[in-house]
Amino acid sequence: MPKRIKTPISEADARALKAGETIYMDGIVFTGRDEVHIHALEYLEKGKKIPVDFKGAALFHCGPIMKKVEEKWVAVAAGPTTSSRMNSLEPGFIEKFRPGAIIGKGGMSQPTVDAMKEFGCVYLAFTGGAAVLAAKGIKSVEGVEWFELGMPEAIWILNCDNFGPLTVAIDAHGNSLFADVNVKVKENEKKARAKLGLS
Amino acid sequence: MVTEQEDVSNAVVELLRKTVVRLPQDVEDAIRNAYASETDEVPKMQLKAIVDNIDMAIKGNTPMCQDTGVAIFYVDLPKGCKVDVGEGIVEGVRRATKEVPLRPNAVHPITRKNPGDNVGERMPYISRRIHDQDYIEITVMTKGAGSENMSQLAMLTPSQGLKGIKEFVLNGVLRAGSNPCPPTILGVGIGGSSDIAMKLAKEALLRPINVRHKDPEMAKLETELLEAINMLGIGPMGLGGKTTCLGLNIEYAYCHTASLPVGLNVQCWAGRRGTVRIYPDGKATYPTHER
Repeated sequence: MPKRIKTPISEADARALKAGETIYMDGIVFTGRDEVHIHALEYLEKGKKIPVDFKGAALFHCGPIMKKVEEKWVAVAAGPTTSSRMNSLEPGFIEKFRPGAIIGKGGMSQPTVDAMKEFGCVYLAFTGGAAVLAAKGIKSVEGVEWFELGMPEAIWILNCDNFGPLTVAIDAHGNSLFADVNVKVKENEKKARAKLGLS
Repeated sequence: MVTEQEDVSNAVVELLRKTVVRLPQDVEDAIRNAYASETDEVPKMQLKAIVDNIDMAIKGNTPMCQDTGVAIFYVDLPKGCKVDVGEGIVEGVRRATKEVPLRPNAVHPITRKNPGDNVGERMPYISRRIHDQDYIEITVMTKGAGSENMSQLAMLTPSQGLKGIKEFVLNGVLRAGSNPCPPTILGVGIGGSSDIAMKLAKEALLRPINVRHKDPEMAKLETELLEAINMLGIGPMGLGGKTTCLGLNIEYAYCHTASLPVGLNVQCWAGRRGTVRIYPDGKATYPTHER
């Protein structure tokens, strides 16, 4: 049985996860992408109140499609967005807010890997585009904050049940599956170039 | 009976619904084949999630991915067409955003203000041509930004030639890495001018990936590039594996003797494209979604 993890995630919980493991998640997950990162860091600097507590949180790089059914929001499609867009913002976000997990796709660059190691956070890869599968793991939408940023950029508060599968792609010990793949790709590139007659 | 603007908007709502829910057969087949042939555990799980998601989207009549793109349309009009197809499409996009629903993606490029209905300055974007048929044909690609953001243009010198083209495509795939939701589909536009190369790169994605270019030299280049890219081992979601690219299509145009423009358009695994034909009696058929 794959491991199940419940939010909020303590530093010890995060550090117990190993790159390559498959896990499923239960509890509250916040969505947040470009604008949430920018706003949260700006609000913190100005001493303005941030509507949710990111400590130990699972932050999901996701801009969902939401639908209102009888005054309640329902997640229609909620797959991950490209995490590398947040590369320049994430190390600062992890340091200031101390989330326990970032959920996204495509991985993140070395400064984020370093911040995860330092502060005890993991990167969980959810299959990009698998938005209906993701929505199935969202039991209910508990609320929305910063809705004025637009549907994709708002903070959606999701109550998750068996959300996944999630691959621990960057752990809190400096290991990254993406970095491992990159090493192999560099090696394979030589063969691909030879096939194309490139020097 | 004549086609009315409302026939067009009705057809566009249905076209968008079908397009975001179900992949064309050639793309779906390629994904299922990739899943069947993958042996490593991590990439196999990524492809299983994709295959399960495809099935769940069809079953629930739900968009397969939350990124339903921005609305870019290709329209072929009969000679002397009287109906305002442009207005019909705009209305169709507005309604589909609510009714399907689609994610409201279209924002002002600088203020980032989101009107919420996927309609704004020059959006939906519509390319029009005239054809010899009596029906209106509308094709749409609902393409996510994760892959579109990896697209590139190179203004090569003629001396860089075929090798330069291969180098540019290979480097483009390496640079994109895990970001565009691989396994990807690649559209390559060769020649024309800067704008035409990019336009051809996107239009190349309109051809089914199991159909090779009619020019045997271009067909050979498509196969060669695809095989080389699949040697890289980037794999599904960049987590390693056999399939990095599901298909690669080239379109070309003659160009200036002093230029060699090359465009690369990267498409995620969810290669959604759809076509509707609206006949003079207002009836619509959906050739990409007839199964």
